[in-house]
Amino acid sequence: MITITDVHKTFNKGKANQVNAVNGITLEIKDGEFLVIVGSNGSGKTTLLNLIAGSVSPDNGTISIDGNDVTNMPDYKRSRWIARVFQNPLSGTAPDLSILDNFRLASIRTKRKGLSVGVNDAFKKQVQEKVAGLGMGLQDKIDQPMGTLSGGQRQALTLLMSVMDSCKVLLLDEPTAALDPRSADVVMRTADTLIREFNLTAVFITHNLKDAFNYGTRIIQMGEGLIINDLSGTDKASLKQNDLFDWFA
Amino acid sequence: MDFYLTALLQGLCFSAIALGIYISMKIFNIPDITTDGSYTLGGVVTAVLLTNHQPTYVILPAVILAGAAAGALTGIIHTKLKINALLAGILVMTALYSVNLTILGRSNLPLINLPSLFTIVSVVSDLNQNTFWILAIFVIVITFLIGHLLKTDFGIAMRATGNSESMIRSLGVNTDRMKITGLALANALTALSGYLVAQFQGFADISMGIGIVIVGLGSVIIAETLINWFKLTSVWLSLVLVLAGAVIFQLVLAFTLSVGVDPKLLKIVTAGFVLVIVSLPRLSLLRSS
Repeated sequence: MITITDVHKTFNKGKANQVNAVNGITLEIKDGEFLVIVGSNGSGKTTLLNLIAGSVSPDNGTISIDGNDVTNMPDYKRSRWIARVFQNPLSGTAPDLSILDNFRLASIRTKRKGLSVGVNDAFKKQVQEKVAGLGMGLQDKIDQPMGTLSGGQRQALTLLMSVMDSCKVLLLDEPTAALDPRSADVVMRTADTLIREFNLTAVFITHNLKDAFNYGTRIIQMGEGLIINDLSGTDKASLKQNDLFDWFA
Repeated sequence: MDFYLTALLQGLCFSAIALGIYISMKIFNIPDITTDGSYTLGGVVTAVLLTNHQPTYVILPAVILAGAAAGALTGIIHTKLKINALLAGILVMTALYSVNLTILGRSNLPLINLPSLFTIVSVVSDLNQNTFWILAIFVIVITFLIGHLLKTDFGIAMRATGNSESMIRSLGVNTDRMKITGLALANALTALSGYLVAQFQGFADISMGIGIVIVGLGSVIIAETLINWFKLTSVWLSLVLVLAGAVIFQLVLAFTLSVGVDPKLLKIVTAGFVLVIVSLPRLSLLRSS
């Protein structure tokens, strides 16, 4: 699904604060794979995710999604395949817009935003049904501004929004980092359910080793902009939680 | 009474500018001060075409296009060259002064005895009342168009662009293009105010736009204060309050003049008035906390 070939990314090249964020990574993420990325701060995880999303373009190397070379394609065009959930709950939704309007935009992620009014009663009902599925009681609040909700509610809705339109790749950048343990749990379960239900290819960055252990079909560890551990399939399944802690020892 | 009627009419003329500032400042969150230039641009284009005996159906699109071009230019400088929006606006506004002077050919062009928007259609015999009805219809049509636009998918994407850029990019919107479009729309509206005012006052002047941005800002801030006060979220009500803001602003200025304040001090009174409205909500917050 996603092929990354010898990708390099350096920030502030030639200056005192030069950062070699990604140092020649080659990575093949298969269709339907749920990839977990762990690594210490500054290891290049988020840069790698931004390279896949297109908000950062590589210095050299190529990236392709679903057989299309997207190396120089801007992020808003890659949204044809990719939906994102950001670390900051504020980044994934528009706080002053109603929940309904947020969902409307998400439902036309891969389409043109034209001059017709798309928010009608049928759409409203459809959103209410989907939101009710979260079990958060938000279905009666869909006319409220998104900003009135808690971080956990917003992350859960962002996840739901990502599958409102056809979606192949889901990028999750520490989606639970800003949440309390209970909300974090709800968000992770929702993510896992959606990934299975819609057979999504997912890339999930986390610092929470318990989540890294519990979720995903493959795990990689990054360090200094390189992949230093890569386990998938039965190797991932037979991984012990303590082994993960040893990676960071 | 006539005095306040004139203020009301002026307020209606300025409601297009208020809607323009509402779009750039509140919807796109961009401080755009191309306004001073694009307002005058609207006025001079109107005046020159009127003196060349062009019909309204030529003048109106020309004014809209001229304003949109000025706004788009600010947008392109801001997004493509990554220049601060305030500076981009100042640059275009400054350049527009020369453009406006070239179009007008001199610093002032009277439009006496020329047919204007307010004389070609006669709803009632009284000139002031006729002007009122024409302005009212004009403003209602514009407000309806903008309100409808903001409800469409494109409009929701516009509102999200100023609200959460990372989100709307990940949902497939080219935010640069969206901002350019938004600033074009805002300045087209501003130019429409220039179109109305030039015909209302019967002349176009090269300096008619000096400090006009404060009229738009003041109107929007009055509206915003009311919106926060009543905790409104409706797009339609917000737009109506922006219109009300434009009228209230002119009425306050008229009141200031009628109580005998020296007209020389009008700009300082204007600035002071806007300062008061901006600081009022904050002052009352301080007291309650």
